[in-house]
Amino acid sequence: MAYSDKVIDHYSNPKNVGTLDKGSKSVGTGLVGAPECGDVMRLQIQVDEATGLITDAKFKTFGCGSAIASSSLATEWLKGKTIDEAVKIDNMDLVEELNLPPVKIHCSVLAEDAIKAAINDFRVKNGLAELVFEQSHV
Amino acid sequence: MLKLPIYLDHNATTPMDPRVLEAMLPYFVENFGNAASRNHSFGWQAEEAVDYAREQIAQLIGADPKEIIFTSGATEGNNLGIKGVYEMYASKGNHIITCTTEHKAVLDTCKHLEKLGAEVTYLEVQPDGLIDLKQLEAAMKPTTILVAIMYANNEIGVIQPVKEIGAIAKKHGALFFSDAVQAVGKIPVDVIADGIDIMSFTAHKMYGPKGVGALYVRRKNPRVKVTAQIDGGGHERGMRSGTLNVPGIVGFGKAAEIARLDMASDTERISKLRDKLENALKVIDETYVNGNPAHRLPHVSNISFKYVEGEGLMMGFNKDIALSSGSACTSASLEPSYVLKALGLGDDLAHSSLRFGLGRYTTEEQIDFTIKAVTDTVLKLREMSPLWEMFKEGIDIDAIQWAHH
Repeated sequence: MAYSDKVIDHYSNPKNVGTLDKGSKSVGTGLVGAPECGDVMRLQIQVDEATGLITDAKFKTFGCGSAIASSSLATEWLKGKTIDEAVKIDNMDLVEELNLPPVKIHCSVLAEDAIKAAINDFRVKNGLAELVFEQSHV
Repeated sequence: MLKLPIYLDHNATTPMDPRVLEAMLPYFVENFGNAASRNHSFGWQAEEAVDYAREQIAQLIGADPKEIIFTSGATEGNNLGIKGVYEMYASKGNHIITCTTEHKAVLDTCKHLEKLGAEVTYLEVQPDGLIDLKQLEAAMKPTTILVAIMYANNEIGVIQPVKEIGAIAKKHGALFFSDAVQAVGKIPVDVIADGIDIMSFTAHKMYGPKGVGALYVRRKNPRVKVTAQIDGGGHERGMRSGTLNVPGIVGFGKAAEIARLDMASDTERISKLRDKLENALKVIDETYVNGNPAHRLPHVSNISFKYVEGEGLMMGFNKDIALSSGSACTSASLEPSYVLKALGLGDDLAHSSLRFGLGRYTTEEQIDFTIKAVTDTVLKLREMSPLWEMFKEGIDIDAIQWAHH
């Protein structure tokens, strides 16, 4: 199976690989997937308390090229968004942007789940209730 | 100059040896006869070429030429060997013993027979990939008609103790079938010494053409018969009908002859390169070689690079190097290699594996390039791996409650 140019580009030059201080109140961390399933994604957001904007986003992913590309792209999209905007990122947007084939849709689902998990982690740390999300498109 | 891409997937298929192609060429346009045409020179010529190839192939495995039944390949050979015995020996029993790391062509054939009333025992393998002979002995029953154990495994290259398996089968009055597709032409295989009654193998794994294989069917001590699965003109002693693929068979014969003559020198050279590759990659932390290293094909190395995923790893160099992964990130089930799982490897290690299959034309320069490309990619992906970070921080990854999706 051939990868799209965009997947290859994110794989070869991943954006925002790294680690934020998960102990910080302004950082939300989402860790999703499982080693047994062949992919684990950790996505982190840094939120400016004054403006509510996501000022930084980092990821680390264990997985195939599509999983790496999905998380790399997600971190790019997250930066500069508000939490409310970030919640709206849909896995199908990632699928479309990266031209993921049907067998790789689960990689985009994982990225969406990671975003939501990071947001909820941030909310809980800051005394807010967890958001309840609908199932993403599988 | 190093020419890219590099082919390191010789367990999947091998390039054809130019000497094989040369031998085949006259049998397409000039000598196109049907080997079953008994009444004219075109047929005689084709038959003579087939007979010669049959001798070349028989010689490679220590068989009599009459014991070679041509097929379309090893999948057909496995089907014919197992189904053919099940049908032919139905009055003696219905029990078949095989093992969990067999090729799908064997496992699915056995599953098919189970639906028809066969009782099949699937032996587990030990962590090194070899079957436990005591378990085999214990599984034998009065109704056991066939023991079907592969000669060497396609994913990890481990060589099963065939002599001992053959002796156990014989002691209990069962036949011994072996899928030897990975072994024939690579290591010495002798059907008499190994006690094999039926054996499938194919040309394209030994630098011959695709679409032609053979089933060895023993003619004495005991005389074995298999029920034909393809009916027709009664070719191949009635066991496999269909016009013979004369050019393919000629190529198969030539490939067998070259394999026999070059085996010792090929093995010496290739195993040195394999060991160089393996030793260099083992230097990387948390890297594990899969399968028993002492009972293994000389050209195969299966390695798990913990904390990086196999498909992602291959993507780092798959425009330059062709090889296979035990990961199955593209399959609908997301299940990693069942062979690696059968060794007791965790799913994470199974997802993290690469199979290197070297061959006749592999060079040291290619191996040096591969060592560097794989090492660089492993290190790069580990920097990107949350699991590697956790491992480095001393977090027990197995203790984490992962949400399975």
